[in-house]
Amino acid sequence: MKPLDLKGVSVALDGSRVVEDFSLSVEAGEWVGLIGPNGAGKTTVLRAIAGLVPYAGGIAVRGDEVAALSRREVARRIALVPQSPVLPPDMSMLEYVLLGRTPHLGYAAALGARDVDSCRLALGRLDAAHLADRRLGSLSGGEWQRAVLARAMAQDAGLILLDEPTTALDVGAQQQVLELIARLRSDAGLTVVSAMHDLTVAGQYADRLVLLDGGREVASGAPKDVLTEEHVARHYGASVRIVSDEETGIAVVPLRPRHAEERIG
Amino acid sequence: MIGALRARGWAGVGPGLTVPWAFAAVSVLLGSALLGLGIGPVGLGFGPIAREIASHIPFLGVHSSFSGSEDAILWQLRAPRVVLGILVGAMLASAGAAYQGVFRNPLADPYLLGAAAGAGLGATLVIAYGHGAAASRDLRPLAAFIGATAGVVAAYALGRSVGGGRSTATLILAGVTVASFLTAVQTFVQQQNTDTVQEVYAWILGQLETSGWRDVAILLPYVAVSWVVLLLHRRLLDVLAVGDEEAASLGVNVARVRLIVLGMATLGTAAAVALSGLIAFVGIIVPHAIRLLAGTSYRVVLPLSLAFGAAFLVLADLLARTVISPAELPIGVVTAFFGAPFFAVVLRMTRTVAP
Repeated sequence: MKPLDLKGVSVALDGSRVVEDFSLSVEAGEWVGLIGPNGAGKTTVLRAIAGLVPYAGGIAVRGDEVAALSRREVARRIALVPQSPVLPPDMSMLEYVLLGRTPHLGYAAALGARDVDSCRLALGRLDAAHLADRRLGSLSGGEWQRAVLARAMAQDAGLILLDEPTTALDVGAQQQVLELIARLRSDAGLTVVSAMHDLTVAGQYADRLVLLDGGREVASGAPKDVLTEEHVARHYGASVRIVSDEETGIAVVPLRPRHAEERIG
Repeated sequence: MIGALRARGWAGVGPGLTVPWAFAAVSVLLGSALLGLGIGPVGLGFGPIAREIASHIPFLGVHSSFSGSEDAILWQLRAPRVVLGILVGAMLASAGAAYQGVFRNPLADPYLLGAAAGAGLGATLVIAYGHGAAASRDLRPLAAFIGATAGVVAAYALGRSVGGGRSTATLILAGVTVASFLTAVQTFVQQQNTDTVQEVYAWILGQLETSGWRDVAILLPYVAVSWVVLLLHRRLLDVLAVGDEEAASLGVNVARVRLIVLGMATLGTAAAVALSGLIAFVGIIVPHAIRLLAGTSYRVVLPLSLAFGAAFLVLADLLARTVISPAELPIGVVTAFFGAPFFAVVLRMTRTVAP
């Protein structure tokens, strides 16, 4: 049974179609990157998968239609890491990670020692055990991204949706966080779908890329097939050079238009 | 001091309520109740009160030293008033904490959403048109209760119709709108009936004068149900702190939790306000003091608000009836007198402490 299977999904927000006839099938353990210019519909696709916006078409998670599952059951199967999570400044990191246990607790049930243990384990996996008692308001960008990932891990969901997980981070923190996700994916057998802004990073970490533009899929496949100079020029309106070799993988290097003209001339 | 308490790990870093805080809450509550029972125009002495209470527990073999009149003062005058203070204070404080959690707004309190304005209008109508009839005093709680409920329902319906029930800001705006309208109507009725203005004011400023145990019996079922439901939602209120969409992605039916918590907090508040009048600030200062000292998780804030809210109102009532004795100050004046300066301090600190 596929962890995620989208068939002909369309989403309309405030009367305008934001996602149009989108299909995607994700294998267990795969990392699929959604790329595309601003407003292409990447975030909306993730929100539809998480059952947060109404959609037309079919979204099956482990064989069951998302719209037919209860909120709690969806949260047991899918963990969503939003682009700009709300971080109550006075909540401790452990308290925050404990929120991830919500879908596993009865409506009015209290947290148990097992919940605390599994959250400490999640923090440990993210090399953040020493931050458990810190206030969220006192954390750096890389640290709070770990808090959010640890909360998602505490959900024990199997499928994790990441919306631009590294936008606010400097290059070092960005790399650490992505390496952590890659490690969690192999350690915990996670399936990952992420919206990604940075094309180089998308090409280096995702197994497969789907390029969206205007709510529609315009290309999909292995990073080297999707990240072409032509695709980036047409859909992002950007001049880039794709650099690729055995050691570095794919890198998308933006070119200043002057250089682009010289090259064409 | 706050820093020291935090440094010692009392800030609720681990999950749930810590033993020292639970102990402090119970001791403060018992201490204030004992003060409320003992102090008044006739001093009863704390030892004799303890003996008197113990004499009612079977098999202890303790005999009370109280005379018949002392016995009546304790059980018919002071005890109902202290118990009413406990019920009203605990209700206002815990409802305040709940409103702040639901709206993610540190300034939300039970008087938001038109509850107080509606209660005020209901009570004013009965006082103004009841013309001092004996039945009018009995009708007042019911009218205030209906008014409070109507105010909240109107605010909630208005907020939903414009904001789809999603945005907390639209609900608060709707509450302010409904409240100002109801207050205008209330003032109109009050000014039109000049002969009853004084009585209306007395109720609006708040009072814990009781007609014995009857008021306690009327109030108890409402607040008991409200407390149980609010306490059962303490963990879910923590989840709401990350916003509606993230709470939904964590499996919470946000609209349902909000409706239940709002409904129960309003039910309890309306019942309390109907009996005690409008007592300001308890719902704001008590939960905020707890957040600053004991931690921001609702697993800590809600139970402690019950205990410290009760103690605060019992002590405030003690001041209200002793400061200018034999006359009484309205208790709302006492809570506002201490509440307003405290709230100013809280405002300066809420830059770092949010619910």
